[in-house]
This record gives sequence, C-alpha cells and structure tokens, in this order.
Amino acid sequence: MKQSHYEARFAGVGGQGVILAGKILAYGMVNFEECQAIQTPTYTAQVRGGATKVDVVLDKKHIEYPRTENIDFFLSLHQKSFDIYFKDLKDDAIVVVDPNLTPNIPKDIPQQVFLVDLVEIAKKEMGKALYAAVLAVGFFAGITKMIKEKNVQKSVIDNSPKGTEVENLKAVKIGYALAKEALKRKEDLVRLTLKDIDKNKL
Amino acid sequence: MKKNIKFYSGAELVAKAAIDAGCRFFGGYPITPSSEIAEHMAKELPKVGGTFIQMEDEIAAMGSVIGASLAGKKSLTATSGPGFSLKQENLGYAYMAEVPVVICNVMRGGPSTGLPTALAQADIMQAKWGTHGDHPVIALTPAYLEEVYELTIKAFNYSEIYRIPVILLLDELIAHLSTAIELPDKDLLVIKDRRKPTVTPDKYFPYDTAYGDVPPMANFFEGYRYHVTGLSHNKTGFPTTDPDLVQADQERHLRKVNANKGKIIDFESYKMKDADIVVFAYGSTSRAARVAIDNARKLDIKVGMVRLRVIWPLPEAEILKLCSKVKAIIVPEMNMGQLSNVIEKYAADRTKIVRINHVGGVPIHPSNILDVIKEVR
Amino acid sequence: MAFDYEKYLRMDKIPHLWCPGCGIGVVLKAMLRAMENVNWERNDTAFVSGIGCTSRAPGYIDCNTLHTTHGRGLTFATGIKMAQPDKNLVIFSGDGDATAIGGNHFIHACRRNIDMTLIVVNNNIYGMTGGQHSPTTPIGFKASTTIYGNVDPSFDICLLARAAGATYVARSTVNKGRTLEQYIQRGFENKGFSVIEAVSNCHTQFGRKNNMSDPISSRKWIEDREIPLAKARDMKAEDLKNMVITGEFITEKSDLERWENYNRAEKEYTEAYSDIIKKVKKK
Repeated sequence: MKQSHYEARFAGVGGQGVILAGKILAYGMVNFEECQAIQTPTYTAQVRGGATKVDVVLDKKHIEYPRTENIDFFLSLHQKSFDIYFKDLKDDAIVVVDPNLTPNIPKDIPQQVFLVDLVEIAKKEMGKALYAAVLAVGFFAGITKMIKEKNVQKSVIDNSPKGTEVENLKAVKIGYALAKEALKRKEDLVRLTLKDIDKNKL
Repeated sequence: MKKNIKFYSGAELVAKAAIDAGCRFFGGYPITPSSEIAEHMAKELPKVGGTFIQMEDEIAAMGSVIGASLAGKKSLTATSGPGFSLKQENLGYAYMAEVPVVICNVMRGGPSTGLPTALAQADIMQAKWGTHGDHPVIALTPAYLEEVYELTIKAFNYSEIYRIPVILLLDELIAHLSTAIELPDKDLLVIKDRRKPTVTPDKYFPYDTAYGDVPPMANFFEGYRYHVTGLSHNKTGFPTTDPDLVQADQERHLRKVNANKGKIIDFESYKMKDADIVVFAYGSTSRAARVAIDNARKLDIKVGMVRLRVIWPLPEAEILKLCSKVKAIIVPEMNMGQLSNVIEKYAADRTKIVRINHVGGVPIHPSNILDVIKEVR
Repeated sequence: MAFDYEKYLRMDKIPHLWCPGCGIGVVLKAMLRAMENVNWERNDTAFVSGIGCTSRAPGYIDCNTLHTTHGRGLTFATGIKMAQPDKNLVIFSGDGDATAIGGNHFIHACRRNIDMTLIVVNNNIYGMTGGQHSPTTPIGFKASTTIYGNVDPSFDICLLARAAGATYVARSTVNKGRTLEQYIQRGFENKGFSVIEAVSNCHTQFGRKNNMSDPISSRKWIEDREIPLAKARDMKAEDLKNMVITGEFITEKSDLERWENYNRAEKEYTEAYSDIIKKVKKK
C-alpha cells in the first residue's frame, strides 16, 4: 500500500455490484497488502433498488474512526448515487463516473474526473451490468497503485459468487488496462471507452 | 494470510459468538437494523443442530427464548428500539423467573419508529429501566468487532452464571461495519453453563437460597417437575404475597449483580494517568473520542478516556473518584444525555459535566469532541 | 375403579383458588384422564398457561409447569417445543387470554401446526380481573365494562382455529366431562396443533351480572343453547345466534380434503424443521 491512510467510496444503484466491489478491495488489502480495512455499506431502505454505496477505509495501522472523512477515491455508476454521495472528497481525489448514467457532473469541481463507460463495457464484455463495479476495482488498482493487480485477482477469486469468477477476473483486467491508459492523460476531464485499450493485450 | 483472520460484520459476529457460546435456539422478529443477526442465525443454527424460529411478533420472540432456555437450550433474540420496547414485558418475566437468555438490541433513533436505519445510542435507559419493577441489569456495549465476539460470549456466560437476561447493546455502526479480525482459539474460550441441582427431585426447590443468591437451575423434562411463575414466589416457585418473603426475594435478585459488581464492571482507561479532563464514552462514539484525545494530546491537553465495555452496572466508584480529580467530564452520546444525566448526579457540582448529544443519525465526529476538549481545557 | 387424580396433582396445593361450582375443575379432570389415556409421563410433559383463572391450573399438576404473562403462554410453549420436540406440550388458557391479548399468538400457533394442544376454557368473561367483557361475551349481555349491554361481536374460537390452520379442533361444554376427555385425548394424539374449546360457566362474574348467579342456572344456560355440529350444519345463521355448537370442527382425517384447506401445513412444524437440520447437516 502506497499511502498510510486511504479512503475509497464505491457508489451506484442496486444491481451494479457496488457492495461486492467494496468487499473485494477490503479483503484484498487485508489479506495481500498487509493493511487494515473497514468496510461500511449504506444501510438505508434505499439499498432496495435505489442509490447505494460502500465506504472502504484503509490504513497501515489500526483504524480507530471507522467512517470516511476525506475521501481519496470516488466512483459513481449512476446520477442518483453521484448526487447523494459526492461529498467529503479531498480536492485531489480521483473521481470515476460512468458518463452514460451520470450525465450531470458539476463543472467547477477541483478533482480530476475520469469518464469511463463502465456499465456499457460490463454488459458488452461480461454480459451483465453487475460487473461494472468490479471493473472499477481493476481501474482503482491501475490508477491508484494502492493494490497490485494480482492481489485484486486473488481477492476476486476468494469473493466472487460461484460461477462468476471468470467474468470478474476479466473485469479486473479490463479495468486495470483502462487505468493504464488513463494515466497517460493529463486533462481535467478524461474520457475513456473500450476503444482506448487493446483487448488482445489483456 | 494469518490463520484465524476473516472478514466479519458485527451482526455476523454476534451470531458466531452466540453459537460458539453454546446458543442453540434463536427466536426473533425482523426489525431494522438488527435483522442481519436473525438471518445469520437462521443460516448457522441448523448446521449445529440448533433451532431458529421467526415468531409472529417481538413479544412472541421474547417468550420463545425464555421457553427454550427453560427447556435447556441457551437462547438468543435480537431486536432494535421499538422491538426492545415490545419485549420489555417478557424481559421482566425472565428477571422474575430467573431464566438465562441474551437479548441483543441494535439501537436506533427513537422515540417510536424514529430513525430506523440511523446510528443512535438511544436505549441506554430502556436497558436499565424498560420493564416495570426493580431488577438487576447487566448490559454490555462493545465498540470493536473483536469485542462484539468477546462480549457476546460474556453475555451468555453472565446470563448462565447469574440466571438473568443479559442485554447486548450494539450501535448500528458496530453491527454493520465489516473488517478482518482474528478470533480467539475456540479451545481457549471460557464458556459457563448454569449450575445444575445436585439433589434428588424430592429435595429440589427452583429458588432455593441455601445454595447462595443464584439457585441451581434444573431444566424442564429432567425429572424435577417444578413450577415457574412471574408472580412473586417463594423458594418452591409457587406464588406468595408474604411481605417478608417478597422483600427478601427482591433484595436477593438485586444482590446477584450488586454483590458481583467487581467481577462484572468492565471499562478501559485510556491516557488517564495525568488526565485532568476525561471523556466518558461507550460504543462507536468512543472511537471518535479516542481520535479526539490523541489529537488533543498533540496540543498538550491532558485528556483521557474512560470507555465502558459494560454500561450496566456502572463503575460508580471510578466515577466518584474522577469527580473529585478532574476539572471536567465530557460525555459524548448519540442520545439526549441518558448517561450524562446519571454521571451528573454522581458529580454533584464537584466537577463540570459537558454533554455532546447528537440525535440526528450523523455520528459524533472526532472534531466535535476535540472542539469541546479545547473549550474546557 | 375410580380414577386416581392424586397421581397427577400436587395435593399440597389443593384447595384450589377457583370458586365453588366453577367449570375449570371439570376441564382439568378431563385433561388428566386424557393424559392417562395416552400414557404421557409426567416428566416428559409440560403445562403452560398465561394469566387468568384458567392460568392457575398448571400449578396444580405435578408436571413441568409454567405460568407466564397474559396471553403469551403459546409463545413460551413454542420455544420449549422447538428446544425439545419430543416432549408433550399443553397450553391451558381462557377466552380473554387466548383470543384477545394472545390472539396473534393463537392464530400463528394454529398456522404453524406445531405439535401442542391448546385448551381454551371459554366462560365468556374476564373472571379474575373482575368480570370485564371478553371477545366471547355475547351481544347484549352485561359485564363490568358493558354495563348497558355488550355491543362487541364475538369470536367463534373453533372457526377461528380452523381457518388459521389447526389440525384438530373441537368444542364441548363442562356439562360433558367425558366428551371433553375424548376430545382432549384426540388433541393429544394429533401430531400437530390442536385446539379444544371447553365452554364453561362463570356464575361469579358473568352469571351474577346476567341473572344466573348460581352454578346450576349458569350451566343450564349452556346446556339449553348446545347444538351438535351435525345439526347446526342444516340450520340458518339467525337460528344459531348465541348458540353453542359442539362437536369436532376439524379432525386430521375428516376435513383435510376440503377446498378451504389448500394452504394448510403439510407437516407438523418441528418435524418440518428437523428435516431442515438433516438437510443442512448433510452438506
């Protein structure tokens, strides 16, 4: 783990695999990166089909205060979840959104924003929107270097529901490749689609 | 990867610890935010030959666990605020009839339906005074997942040792966060079981004080054929209205916990050695307090914390000592002052009690506590 | 040979607290005879009750006995039965205890078809608390809370039990101890939830307020209104008003085929749960 304390938030709507993404990251960090992790899912009636999120607090040492305060990484797969959970972010946080489902992003925000077709790619390459959040974990690994790609893969194998391992692993790879491409870009608003990566190199 | 390290949520750990403590019956009713405990019990109990039942209401759930315990199975129920209110009638029965059970209350905002999904510590006083009449109370307030496991097992042990219902008070944050923890080796766990009678059935009385304040307990169907009632009763278990007997029995009930306070009271002193300001905290709020204290120490403020792992009985002696030692006691709570009201009485103007009360569902942040520490320094 | 009641009673607790001429004793005796008929061991049998005059019955029986909170006897009993499915459970209740404050527990115990027997002594009144009207006080009758005559319609306890899913339901009166014994025995033998309603007299509270303040006239009033179920089936509703329809409303064999049983439990509850344990443990 690169930083001593890190806070990530994965948000979306029901059925996008957000909760699993949080679990994959927290589990991977604890078991393969020698760090502490606390995961708190949203606990409201909204989980049933509405906006949902999971916060993951990572630290090299014991985590005393389990809530997120200064978020380093924010993912939103839907406008609903963006509107509710885009808060408590650091100015230099990384923001990843799916532009097709999150069309309205404020123009004046200080953070660098990556617009990635996560849901569309998940549907096209893995067959279900459910893999979008795991794609985002791959992207997280590639862009933040907080966790090695192979450690994300190990965590995916341990945490995927039976029969989804292959697709989840593929999602991590695509996400990671997208992040590598993203790192080359310097603009404030980075737009990425499936065309930006060479699938043969995965 | 270490051996016993696994990811758990607080709710999952209550269920796991209960089963490890020997719990083999769960009777419950769905209620936010405690339902996950029932869900885990429904999944895990049949694996160990135990039984799970979702009853028709909270009252029935409480009745069922008392019945199952009388029939010899350690029993758990879980609920939240409004459900805890409904359980009070039969909770009182368990105190009166001296039936060991554990009630886990994942607190939520009240009164009434209140804030079902939000963080609160609203049932501190309901745990103490919720049911009518006087009775001993043991209530535990874990703040870390390791403690959820440890104190759930303790709750079962206390219920068996003292023949009383024991209340596990979780807050929503502790029930739902998940993290990797290392569980103690199962073989090293201390598990207590109710003391059984050593006499033959003809010489057995269910409330026989000849054996001390906690009478040995025969289970139903073991040949003892005794009577149990919620009415005031004599040692045979049959109703009595004899004023002396009723008085003596109530005194004995309270003595079961009062005389053993030294063993039950459990708190952590954090940076208290030189502290002239103390934060009195419990549950998830204490985690914010600890961060605040660490930050205050960097500013050379001599502040420490007393953190209650067991909230009832209170460490009265410690509070009295603090009252004449420190210049302020800060009590952060996710309620309107349920614990600070009590501490204020002990303080009796000898020290300042400063309250931090959040009831909107938003957790108390370390900075909220730090600000108060700076004010009172 | 006379039946040896003393074998089953805690004789040191006698005399009981019921009024002279109360019908509860008839039901208690019928129940003890039924227990003997099915050879239940005292150590393996638990009697559970809630609150009220009837709730004191378990205290007189030399078994495992539990006197709980008002209306909640069934919930405690359910816990006991789930913990020890091979033991015998009997719940002794009254009309107020079982169908007012305990009404929810009553219908759900029926629905689960858990192997227990509920005996409801129905005397149309709250006796112990001083004669307040109950869910079975007939319309127009007086109670200490229906001083000008009752306007609350009544429950039919047996029809309620039957609709809720009990697998043996019968009603008789304290005028017919032998019939009660037979019905209670069938309830004990039924592997499932059984409800036996014993229509009884409370001359002290109900009778006194309704011009039948002695046991004889109170019981006569019950006798005069009794109509066997077979006969009632051919009668008009208006002619059955305030009548006591007696007989077996549902038995395991007779009535389970009828269309209204489409949702009835296929198995006794603790058996169904033990199948779950077997299935889960195998994995």
